[in-house]
Amino acid sequence: MALTEQLRQELDELVRNYPDKRAALIPFLHRCQEELGGWISPEVMEDCAEYFGLEPVEIYGVASFYPMFRLRPIGRHVVSVCRNISCDLRGADEIVQRACAVTSARVGESSDDGRFYLETVECQGACADAPMMVVDGTYHENLESDDVERILGGLE
Amino acid sequence: MSGTETYLLDGCARAGSHTLDVYRKHGGYDTLARVLKELTPAEVTEIVKDSGLRGRGGAGFPTGLKWSFMPDPAQDDRTRYMALNADESEPGTCKDRVLLREDPHRLIEGCLIAAWAMQLSAVYIYVRGEYRLPYDRVQAAVNEARAAGLVGAKILGTDFSCEIFMHKGAGAYICGEETGLMESLEGKRGHPRPKPPFPAGFGLWGQPTTVNNVETIFNVPFILERGADWFKNLGTEKSPGNFLCGVSGHVERPGVYEVPLGMPAQRILDEHAGGVWKGRALKAWFPGGSSTGLMPASTIDTPMDHDSIRGIGSMFGTGAMILLDETACVVRASFVIARFYDHESCGQCSQCREGTQWLSQIFERIEDGRGRPEDIDLLTDLAHGMAPGKTICALSDAAAIPTHSVVKHFRAELLEHIELGRCPLQAKRVAEGAPA
Ligand SMILES: Cc1cc2nc3c(=O)[nH]c(=O)nc-3n(C[C@H](O)[C@H](O)[C@H](O)COP(=O)(O)O)c2cc1C
Ligand code: SF4
Ligand code: FES
Repeated sequence: MALTEQLRQELDELVRNYPDKRAALIPFLHRCQEELGGWISPEVMEDCAEYFGLEPVEIYGVASFYPMFRLRPIGRHVVSVCRNISCDLRGADEIVQRACAVTSARVGESSDDGRFYLETVECQGACADAPMMVVDGTYHENLESDDVERILGGLE
Repeated sequence: MSGTETYLLDGCARAGSHTLDVYRKHGGYDTLARVLKELTPAEVTEIVKDSGLRGRGGAGFPTGLKWSFMPDPAQDDRTRYMALNADESEPGTCKDRVLLREDPHRLIEGCLIAAWAMQLSAVYIYVRGEYRLPYDRVQAAVNEARAAGLVGAKILGTDFSCEIFMHKGAGAYICGEETGLMESLEGKRGHPRPKPPFPAGFGLWGQPTTVNNVETIFNVPFILERGADWFKNLGTEKSPGNFLCGVSGHVERPGVYEVPLGMPAQRILDEHAGGVWKGRALKAWFPGGSSTGLMPASTIDTPMDHDSIRGIGSMFGTGAMILLDETACVVRASFVIARFYDHESCGQCSQCREGTQWLSQIFERIEDGRGRPEDIDLLTDLAHGMAPGKTICALSDAAAIPTHSVVKHFRAELLEHIELGRCPLQAKRVAEGAPA
């Protein structure tokens, strides 16, 4: 059993919002990822499959469709740099390069010390405050390249 | 067109604007109370129709008309829903985020007025997963409103009941498309559904459903408070009201500005966004997000409304202007956008799945100096194979449209890349200290 008692209780609550309980799946996967180490393990998918009355492969099919879900363990801090047009026009490339240097990770990979996972992402809806990156869910906007070190440097 | 009256962002400017206290202090939910007491559902829909409000989510469809497609509850007793589209992921578009974060109660009031008009039993607010603070703000506002008897059973002591539920997406552009959104909300992959059937007949869980954008619904309390005539006085005859214009890219002051529909893009650029940055000249602009055709600078005096922008061969879209100055490379911009559509295609239709991949590869090789002269015609042929109306949803069109406009307006720049075997602007950008 990968799901904690607390998560199961939350799920019992969540399904009440919908006429069909499957609708709770995506919000619930978010909660699992938040609480259970930053990724969705095969064990979590099996538990979800049992709860929702689906096959594990169906849960996998949903989870793998959505870029925010991680299906393998990753570094402790998730750094997502926007690479879409408004950010690109204001220097996103340089932010990506600095983020690579500061995290010692390549895009799409975690750093060897397990501190960081670095990725590029599509538009995050902060285009008028470009360039931007998201660190552990928090938006950092209007970045200058020196900001990258300031923001990431202190993370353990 | 007066040009100076604002309303959309007025509430956002107040301290504590996201709280029920502040909202109520300024008349919040008074309109809802009056509507529930004095107007029939049909009368509300009629006022919204009469106002001429058009959807702010990209397609500009008349909102009142869309509401009137919902079946008559006297003939069809199925449960009825609205899905509020807060997935905002069209590149360049960053307006709904402001409303969700700063004025969530007005959105809730708009949802409830819409719910009365369409006799809904629940509204699902589908927020893109990355919008953590906006989501928390709306959730807190829903909780406050429920505690105050504004959401749930017997709203404000009337016989009308309606629930509002929050729902979190997980980062896929296609879930902003209305039927992809419904599939996603049901807990599936965001694969758009073939239409017909349309959502009003067969929507969430097969029940009658209306999908509206955040900014659209945000306009509704104002229209019911001040009247259709007031609204029609703003903007243009066919595109009334103000809109939130996101301005991004190479401008001095990027931002989200409230302006009347029909204000010339040049004025928005100069008076609000402070002009092109660093005193440079404008080269090109997207009028309304990355899915709208890229236009040459010579069209920047065009009024920002649906008909005028259509008149220059582009689209109003989400009204999010993206500006490129003289140092920007149109080929690179095209590649960045094509790569986005390739990444976001859900893969159900081969024209889209393969077409977006090809477009991305061809723009990439032209930008890298590996392009061939015949690539330009190939881009056009591919785009013709992808749209219009050849696929389940309009994502394929969204990738084809900017491709056509780039070939049409910037053929010389494509050719120059191919003949030189490199990007002619790269050196210039570096020399001027612009992002490479
Ligand atoms: C690929 C694609 C993505 C879309 N993304 C969004 C979006 O993020 N937000 C939105 O409101 N509408 C989006 N739309 C438009 C919706 O399908 C729908 O038209 C809109 O939500 C209706 O609301 P409105 O009539 O109030 O504008 C998208 C459409 C397509 C084809
Ligand atoms: S057009 Fe593209 S995104 Fe839309 S349904 Fe077809 S494959 Fe999916
Ligand atoms: S393009 Fe980067 S946030 Fe929109």
